[in-house]
Amino acid sequence: MIGAALLTSTLDLLAWAPPGWGATLMVALGKSILIAIGAFALGLLIGIGGAYGKLYGSPVTRDLLGIYTTIVRAVPELILILILYFAVTSSLNNLLMSWGFERIQISGFFAGIAVLGIVQGAYATEVLRGAILSVPSGQVEAARAMGMPPLMLAWRVTFPQMLAAAIPGLANLWLIATKDTALLAVVGYAELTLVTRQAASTTKAFFTFFMAAGVLYLLISIVSSLLFARAEAWARRGQTRPRSS
Amino acid sequence: MQGFWLPRRIVMAVIAAGLVVWCATALNWTWLADPKYQVLLLQGTWTTCWLLVVTMVLGLLLAIPLGLAQAAGPWWLAAPANGFCGLVRGTPLLLQLWLLYYGLGSLFPSIPWIRQSDLWPILRQAWPYAVLALTLSVAGYSGEVMRGAFKGVPHGQLEAAKAMGMPRFTIFRRIWLPQAMQRVLPTLGGETVLTLKATPLVATITVVDIYAVSSRIRQDTFVVYEPLLLLAVVYMAIAGLIVLLFRWLESRVPVKLA
Repeated sequence: MIGAALLTSTLDLLAWAPPGWGATLMVALGKSILIAIGAFALGLLIGIGGAYGKLYGSPVTRDLLGIYTTIVRAVPELILILILYFAVTSSLNNLLMSWGFERIQISGFFAGIAVLGIVQGAYATEVLRGAILSVPSGQVEAARAMGMPPLMLAWRVTFPQMLAAAIPGLANLWLIATKDTALLAVVGYAELTLVTRQAASTTKAFFTFFMAAGVLYLLISIVSSLLFARAEAWARRGQTRPRSS
Repeated sequence: MQGFWLPRRIVMAVIAAGLVVWCATALNWTWLADPKYQVLLLQGTWTTCWLLVVTMVLGLLLAIPLGLAQAAGPWWLAAPANGFCGLVRGTPLLLQLWLLYYGLGSLFPSIPWIRQSDLWPILRQAWPYAVLALTLSVAGYSGEVMRGAFKGVPHGQLEAAKAMGMPRFTIFRRIWLPQAMQRVLPTLGGETVLTLKATPLVATITVVDIYAVSSRIRQDTFVVYEPLLLLAVVYMAIAGLIVLLFRWLESRVPVKLA
């Protein structure tokens, strides 16, 4: 009986309306998801550019991209976030001041997207590079021999065929993006993990709130795994099944 | 090394050296001369290192049964192991860390026999929770890797061993585990670097690692970037050492896989 009473009282904390924290948590979850989407999209853009640069760029481009991916993969995300967070904000402001504009306050939202996007970009570069390499080179050469312009070649030949090879790696990157948004809690941005901690330390119901947030993160990862599995099946349509080993 | 020192590489090396010299002269490094901070930095680096080694070893010891249960266990072992790996991999480490530290940390004081036990002075500190959270994280991620490695060992080898009348545990010890470890070694290096990159999170629960030391220096001296740059260099150096160590380990084991 006491257990049941405790359970209902602790679940009341998760109610939607203000004595409960439900609405606050959901808003924070929305922010986390939006940042993850933004960072993932930015990372994809950087990754496409980086992968093409690493494969077909000039030697100097290749070396510079190599330095970028090596540094990002060796330094903890938390420290990159701190460095970029301060560096991006202050250098943008210096630039604006030198042009005679007012200082601006960069919102944590866009700074978060930019920073996580740069981190994601390094990993996406490697994933997409491998995927592009998996396209049989004969096909690319055939398209070139037919006189296809490079962009059309990328769009019609490389892109559809690399998609199947890229999706597992990209799915992994998306899951990393959703989990890395939690790191923004350390720089004080009110995303799901930080709001959860605030709620937990206000109400002293630590297990309730952290477990609720854990369930939300798990739901994201389960739903997106299912979606990516379907996307992979779609991208592999028309391919012969590899023989099972 | 032949072919590395091309003209463009030399130009880039000169630019890099110039950047290092600029960083060393133009930036504010006076706080490094303070012996108090030197001691703290060394202690912080030591904390980061032992945390990494302890959690990697404990996590791998947990990952072997987790991988084995998923690869070859009955469903009542495979399902919980699979669920555990999904749980660890599906939620942020920061959340797990805070759940253990704040959750258990608020639960334990209310239980009298824990408060009176000899373990209480240890449980009042932060590092046991950091070790626990990181160990579970390593176990979850590596458990998944070990599952693939155990499955990758050719079945014929296990059947041959069984046909020779080898006991089951000996098969595991002599044939299954060594070949699985051999397959997993390159991945394991990557996992170790990922764990290293996860260690600064423990600073948020008051464990004084190298990251916490640099935060303290930044608060004390109002120097913004320089401690962060030093941190980045320290982590890159440790990551480089890990990569070298695993390269050496890989060169020690025979490469030929059946």
